[in-house]
Amino acid sequence: MIIMQFLILGAALFSLGVYGVLTRRNAVLVLLSVELMLAAVNINFVAFDRFLGDQLAGGQIFALFIIAIAAAEVGIGLAIILLIYRNRHDANVDNLDLMKL
Amino acid sequence: MFDSGWGLSLIVFLPLLGAGVVMAIPKANEQAQKVVAIIFALAAFALAVVMAFQFDYDAAGTMQFGTDLEWIEVINSRYIIGIDGISLPLVVLSTFITVLAIIYSWEHWPEPHNPKVFLMLILILATGMTGTFVALDLILFFVFFEVVLLPMYFMIGIWGDRNEVSIPVFKRVMEMRIYASLKFFLFTLFGSAFMLLGFLALYYRSGDGGAERTFSILELAARNELFFGTFAFWVFAALFLGFAVKVPMFPLHTWLPDAHTAAPTVGSVLLAAILLKLGTYAFIRISLPILPDEFETWAPFIGILAVTGIIYASLACLAQTDMKRLIAFSSVGHMGFVMLGIASLTDIGINAAIIGMVAHGVITGLLFFLAGSMSHRYHTREMARLGGNQKLMPIMGAILGFTAMASLGLPSLAGFWGEFMALLGSYNPLEGLNVALFRTLMVFGAIGTVLTAGYMLWMLQKVNFGEPKSEWDGKHFHDVDGWEMAAWVPLIVAIIAIGIYPKIIFGATNEAVIDLVAHAFGG
Amino acid sequence: MNALFANATTLLLAAEDSGEHAETVLADGGVLASAAWLIPVVPMVMAFLIVFFGKRSPLKGWGMAVGAMGFVALYGTVLFGIAMFGDAIGYQGAISIGDVGTTTVEGTTSLLHLEWGWMVDGLSSMMYFVVGVVGLFVFIYAKSYMKGDIRYTWFFASFTLFAGGMLVLVSAPNLIQLIVGWELVGVASYLLIGHYWEDHENSSAAIKAFLVNKVADVGLFIGAIMIGLSVGSFRFTDIMDVVSGGGGTPLATVAFWAGVALFIGAMGKSAQFPLHVWLPDAMAGPTPVSALMHAATMVTAGVFLIGRMFPFYNSPEYAEEMRWIIVIIGSLTLFLPGLIALVQDDIKKVLAYSTVSQLGYMMVAMGAGAYTAGLFHLFTHAFFKALLFLGAGSVIHAVHSNNMSDMGGLRKYMPWTFWTFLIGSASLAGIFPLAGFWSKDEILASLAYAGDNYPVDAGGEALAYTALVVAIAGAFVTAFYMTRAVSLTFFGGYKGHGEPHESPKMMTVPLVALAVGAVTAGWLNIPGVTAYFTDGVNAVFTAPGDHHAESLNYGLAVTASLVGLLAIGLGYLLWYPDKETQQERDTFRIPVLYPLLVNKYYIDDFYMDVIVRPIRGPIAQAVNWFNGHVIDAVVNGVGFGTKALAKPIYAFDQRGLDEAFNVTAAGTAATGTFLRMFQTGKVQQYAVMIFAGTVLLVAGLIIF
Repeated sequence: MIIMQFLILGAALFSLGVYGVLTRRNAVLVLLSVELMLAAVNINFVAFDRFLGDQLAGGQIFALFIIAIAAAEVGIGLAIILLIYRNRHDANVDNLDLMKL
Repeated sequence: MFDSGWGLSLIVFLPLLGAGVVMAIPKANEQAQKVVAIIFALAAFALAVVMAFQFDYDAAGTMQFGTDLEWIEVINSRYIIGIDGISLPLVVLSTFITVLAIIYSWEHWPEPHNPKVFLMLILILATGMTGTFVALDLILFFVFFEVVLLPMYFMIGIWGDRNEVSIPVFKRVMEMRIYASLKFFLFTLFGSAFMLLGFLALYYRSGDGGAERTFSILELAARNELFFGTFAFWVFAALFLGFAVKVPMFPLHTWLPDAHTAAPTVGSVLLAAILLKLGTYAFIRISLPILPDEFETWAPFIGILAVTGIIYASLACLAQTDMKRLIAFSSVGHMGFVMLGIASLTDIGINAAIIGMVAHGVITGLLFFLAGSMSHRYHTREMARLGGNQKLMPIMGAILGFTAMASLGLPSLAGFWGEFMALLGSYNPLEGLNVALFRTLMVFGAIGTVLTAGYMLWMLQKVNFGEPKSEWDGKHFHDVDGWEMAAWVPLIVAIIAIGIYPKIIFGATNEAVIDLVAHAFGG
Repeated sequence: MNALFANATTLLLAAEDSGEHAETVLADGGVLASAAWLIPVVPMVMAFLIVFFGKRSPLKGWGMAVGAMGFVALYGTVLFGIAMFGDAIGYQGAISIGDVGTTTVEGTTSLLHLEWGWMVDGLSSMMYFVVGVVGLFVFIYAKSYMKGDIRYTWFFASFTLFAGGMLVLVSAPNLIQLIVGWELVGVASYLLIGHYWEDHENSSAAIKAFLVNKVADVGLFIGAIMIGLSVGSFRFTDIMDVVSGGGGTPLATVAFWAGVALFIGAMGKSAQFPLHVWLPDAMAGPTPVSALMHAATMVTAGVFLIGRMFPFYNSPEYAEEMRWIIVIIGSLTLFLPGLIALVQDDIKKVLAYSTVSQLGYMMVAMGAGAYTAGLFHLFTHAFFKALLFLGAGSVIHAVHSNNMSDMGGLRKYMPWTFWTFLIGSASLAGIFPLAGFWSKDEILASLAYAGDNYPVDAGGEALAYTALVVAIAGAFVTAFYMTRAVSLTFFGGYKGHGEPHESPKMMTVPLVALAVGAVTAGWLNIPGVTAYFTDGVNAVFTAPGDHHAESLNYGLAVTASLVGLLAIGLGYLLWYPDKETQQERDTFRIPVLYPLLVNKYYIDDFYMDVIVRPIRGPIAQAVNWFNGHVIDAVVNGVGFGTKALAKPIYAFDQRGLDEAFNVTAAGTAATGTFLRMFQTGKVQQYAVMIFAGTVLLVAGLIIF
């Protein structure tokens, strides 16, 4: 089976996602990047599932869990960002440092 | 009342009760305070006299009128008190002097005037003093021994001499009363700390024989074979330190001149007459029965220190310019004779010590009364400024001359017996002691009597004789007044009575001392 | 309370081998003896009464004093009369005043008793007589002499106290009471010498007398202690019992030194050389004091002590070996001070040195073993010396000066004084048949006798004969200076102011009475004819065992008389006032001898400069300095040191310990401040850290 290509795809997507989380200024884009990371992880899970021929199909089930949870998380995340924007008229994460010591 | 032990406790604690009652009287009502104080003091004295009459002189060696009650169970410290022939004269003396002190104070209050507190302190002091002489439990003894420190500290510290004095070598300047009271308190406490250690050591060792550990003096004396070797040495040393400071023995005597000079008249009297006796009494009551063999080893050392004290103090007296300080040093000398008597470890010597204590109490007590009254009138104690006192105040001068004679050991007055008997005791000390040493000490002691006569006569010459100095021209001096007479005449009578009929003391002490020495050294 | 009465009754005496007395039975004495305690007590009590009531009494205390003395005189006369002429009494009574511990002598332990008591025997009766009779006359004299005195009543109180003390001394049945009496007379002496204490010199003289005696008392105390503890009792009878029981006892072991010690005590009181220095200075006191105390009675206490202890000093196993010391000291005393009398201007000082000299005679006699002779001289001396002093007082009273250079020619103005003084001087010089002749002669005879019988190992013949020669020389000197005194005072022209007159009767009558004594007292013991005095003083519990002369030693008697007359003659030539050569003679000074004598052999200076001043000055100051700067420095040092130690400890506490806590706290804060930098509040930062951390963790896991 070819697995390497899928892993590389997953890694590339993950890295893009990390890069996005760490550097994007807009909160929505950060969320987007997080989604990208989750997707990359999904690819990884499924690829290993097919590669290992898991009888329980664990990898695929994990991917389903992740999709569900990602959706929930995005819902809440977007809600928080919307509220922040309404209050501060600014969605730039660099300016959200009220928890600073 | 006495047989049950209550009477003795009453004698000890009545003054304390009196102090409490005085405290309740409002500050302004001085007359009531004085009356209450004298009533309680007289009551204690009267009881002491009654006890003296009821005392069984044939059994003077046994503890009488005592009691033994539970006190601090955990450490087996009991409330044990009792009187025997040795303590009896001292208890009577203690209550007697207290009464006289209050009588004297009736119209003679030192500055700052505060009769209420002053009387309270005298009464608390009385309890402490009397208690020490009857306590037969080491912790109880310690309590009373220390109780006397506080009232005296306050007496000196508050009512003492306010002149500033420069401390030699260190060149600090402080008020005399502060310096003296602190020195007295801390120095004595220093010794007492070690003494307490000694007591505790004895307690712990006392259980070695199988019986319960105890603080009882009589019990410890009965078990004295348990204390030997280096243990005994160190315990004796610890006790020695505590007692020797109180006596005071050379070279631990330096608190005495300052304390006596700074103290108000009544304070000096009580200090000299009674407090000094606590140390020597403790040697006889505690060190001797409990650690006799160790005492025997230490006796030459103690004898040497005692005689050194006699000679040293007499020489120091000759250099004094302050009358009270001279009398203070003379106390060191007299206590030297007492310690010499004790160091000889013979019944003659210890008898001498006790009568010496009583005699010194009445004689030096009277001397300090006189010095106080004189300094009150002249507003100075400097002998260079006094002189011709016999002309200005004949009666005071006569009493001063009489007391000076008594102090230098004139026979037919109380002081002679203590001195002479101490020398007598030193001639034939206890079997086993170095006879040559003690006879040498006897010779030096006898030479000490010459020096004593020297400084007393010289003091009299300076103060009493000659012409009054010109600075007193035109001044009128009140001779001895009624209250002073009332306080002094009993002392004069006592000095003559003991001098002519020493059986007053020996009748009580002789049996007790003979028994004590016999028990301690076998025989 | 508990009084014990001890009654010693009849004692049988076996005399020593002198042969005169076979057996003397001492009578019980009855009431006379058992009431004899009144003799010391009455004056003592009277002294107190005079102090408190004297001023209010009509005669200002004199009546009370003279009453007491009269009583003693009467009682003493009776007792001594009985001792001399009748059946001698031997009695001692005592009251116990306490037991003091125990003594162990040769295995037996007994209680040591203290007692007051009184003794009636020949020796004490003789002293009662002397003190009483001479005292009575002196007291009578003093009424007039002390008239107008600044402290009249107090004077008589002290004087009576003295009499009481002296009687306590001589009636003492034990050594302790003797010491008590000894010191009491010392105090009385102090009070009376310093009677005019307004003057510093007088109080100094009083202190000198007291202190010199106190120094000697060191010996007395030690001697008494040694004897008392070796015997187990202080009673004289107990001591003498041990002595007569032979040697080998504990007492015998210490006897030599105890004897020396007691003698040192006697040296002080009886002004023996070199402890005689207080007596001349004691003349600062009023003359009656000098007459009674410093001539007749107090100073004789030392001789009395040796007499009382005589069997102890006469027994070869005991203190006989130390008697050569007594002889030597006595000889020095009788000769050297006599020479000083030759250069004195003050008439009282002449008499004082004369007294010292005569005391030397008494001591020499005692030392040579002549108990009776010594006491006899004491007896006669009391009369003529008191007489001389009272006479001097009379003269001083008239002339208002003590100095003989202010006197002269007084025999015209004061006949009674002159004649009595002359009789006294003659008696002192030993002119036959006056009292002094007999007593002095007896001493010389005893010295001669001792020459043959003196213990060889204690100097023997040589010592005794040397003493004899010195004694004879002393007789010369005595007569010499007395002639000088009489000449300068009573002969020639009066050198003072105004016109002196004879003293009142109250002063002259005692003079006459004492003169009678000075003449007749010696007749009690004419060798070979009368032996009353001998009988009297030998009637003691333990016989002294001395030699009594059978007949007059003509050789010595004549020698002594010739010597005396020679001296008088020479003196008369030298000093008889002759207007032309008087000045020259008065200022004649023998080169080396004169300064030596005037400065009293520099002994006083030695005592003052070598002993007294250093002790009172540098030594006392040094001790005081040491006390304050060394011992106290240690004490204060501990105090200040502890306080000083507290400062660095506090500093350590504040800056050290505290600092540590503070640093820790600051450190923690600093760490916090540093760590705070990571809390930017920026989520992306946190994400970076999480990521970095994860990478490191994984890397770590893979590598390790």
